[in-house]
Amino acid sequence: MTLSASPYILWSAGFIIIPLCLVIYYAFTDASGAFSFDNVADIISYVNIKALMLSIAFSFGATLICLIIAYPLALILSTVVSSNSSILSLLFILPMWMNSLLRTYAWQNILERKGVINGILSALSLPPLYIINKPPAILLGMVYDFLPFMILPVYNSVSRIDKDLINAAKDLGAGYRETFFRVIWPLSLPGVISGITMVFVPSLTTFVISDILGGGKILLIGNVIEQLFTQDSDWNAGAGLSVVLMVFIVISMIITSKYDREDIR
Amino acid sequence: MRKRLVLACLLLMVSGLSGCANNDAAQNKNDNVIYVYNWGEYIDPEILTMFTEETGIEVVYDEYETNEIMYPKIKAGAVKYDLVCPSDYMIKKMIDNDLLEEINFDNVPNYVNIGEDYWDQAVSYDPDNRYSVPYVWGTVGILYNKTMVKEKVDSWAILWDPKYKDEILMQDSVRDAFMVAEKYLGYSMNTTDEDELQEAKELLQQQKSLVQAYVIDQVRDKMIGNEAAIGVIYSGEAIFTQRENPDLDYAIPKEGTALWMDSWVIPKGARHKENAEKFINYLCRPDIACLNFEYITYSTPNMPARDLIEDEDIRNSPIAFPDLSKYNLEVQVSLGEEADRHLSDLWREVKSY
Repeated sequence: MTLSASPYILWSAGFIIIPLCLVIYYAFTDASGAFSFDNVADIISYVNIKALMLSIAFSFGATLICLIIAYPLALILSTVVSSNSSILSLLFILPMWMNSLLRTYAWQNILERKGVINGILSALSLPPLYIINKPPAILLGMVYDFLPFMILPVYNSVSRIDKDLINAAKDLGAGYRETFFRVIWPLSLPGVISGITMVFVPSLTTFVISDILGGGKILLIGNVIEQLFTQDSDWNAGAGLSVVLMVFIVISMIITSKYDREDIR
Repeated sequence: MRKRLVLACLLLMVSGLSGCANNDAAQNKNDNVIYVYNWGEYIDPEILTMFTEETGIEVVYDEYETNEIMYPKIKAGAVKYDLVCPSDYMIKKMIDNDLLEEINFDNVPNYVNIGEDYWDQAVSYDPDNRYSVPYVWGTVGILYNKTMVKEKVDSWAILWDPKYKDEILMQDSVRDAFMVAEKYLGYSMNTTDEDELQEAKELLQQQKSLVQAYVIDQVRDKMIGNEAAIGVIYSGEAIFTQRENPDLDYAIPKEGTALWMDSWVIPKGARHKENAEKFINYLCRPDIACLNFEYITYSTPNMPARDLIEDEDIRNSPIAFPDLSKYNLEVQVSLGEEADRHLSDLWREVKSY
């Protein structure tokens, strides 16, 4: 261990390990500080299970949509001339320069009943679009907020594929489809995997998007935890559910990383 | 190598400590401050500037959105606030948990401007009027858009009318949401009877498919923007929304509603208690209270201030200053921790329905 690593050790101790220990401490104690398993076991209540399942469903949906949008885009970006591609990728990163909370509020204004989209639709005398405060709005918010986290890693791994490999595949008689499935896709998998993790995890834990775009009508597990902490000031119950959520995140990461390794082999 | 690491840690800690010491010194130099924690958009910011100019006391001002968000921060003492403005039932809870300091009324001579009725009302949560000074009060009612609602609005029933599907904005705070259902059913808003609570919960669950969104402060902006036809709102917001959108009107339902009051309190261990009392006294000055009313449009309990209101329609407005004897009004009281938690659980059952 070198001296140069010490700031990082201090950082991770102070801002990752200690807070994590605190979360675990609160999760397994009750208000009086005695050991208790109730907070974690609370997950099996109907409300919490439903919220968790909804969160998982939304995260799956958002991740899948992000992948479907990001992958072709990454392929296109990797084939254009390098100077243009940096401008193009900048365009997709640009929204991230703005606070995600503001962007989510912007979507609220865009989707509202008297919002921007419906203003345009009614001007064209088309029927209005009512998706605000409904599941599609939340899905849209997740995809919009987290899409850059999918594009970047996928683009990175796709653009790093040696063009000679693709040419060799073509020389050996592989068609477009075969080149893609046997050369490009396997080589891009590490990027896809990290993209999936980077979209799935924040989607699973979000409470802001469902609050702002869901009108408080759809309760995700993140909302339950947030309410336990802020409104009920029941830190023990909130920490208990957070620990359960962390377990789910770790499981999802184990599954994806295992899949990753198998394919490389 | 390890020794060096330890040394580095020590150095960091020492520099951190000296940093703290410096901060303390800096704070001592300018101890003429007051830390205020208030509801969002609940004071004319001009008044803060005027107060600082007049007294030299600097105001550090923070905001919260619900009583429930404010409470744990005061309880944990993470930030040492000198002045907070909770609602009735929350003040009771804070008194019960020994979180409040008695106010020295010798430093608040302007308290005489607060009407006798309001001190009486405050007795329900502050039995001897020792801990709190009334700031604003009001009712909870229905704000509706006259162009979208043609019928007479005088009952909570309209919030369950399928005609207004997706046109209803409901309050996203536990007590206020349950208050609506409980009053509609004819129960007390302070009930802890399990059958009555279950009935209220089921009623709220039935309502959910009609509700456009559960919101708090956003009711105001959404109603002004014609996003919805009906919203549950605090009376203080009604006058403001009418100024912005003349199509809106406010009704107090005949089944009854909450009569609420927000008062200034000083948390235990406040470091600038005298400054806090000066600030309360300043806010109780009729001209200041009137200026503040014009800005926040929440009903003031300050009698001379009310007489100073220039606009006659507002001075006699049935929204801001209703004839309280005409309505079935009730004050929310603290239900205790156990009941609070149960109510929160029921509310989550509504939200996840």
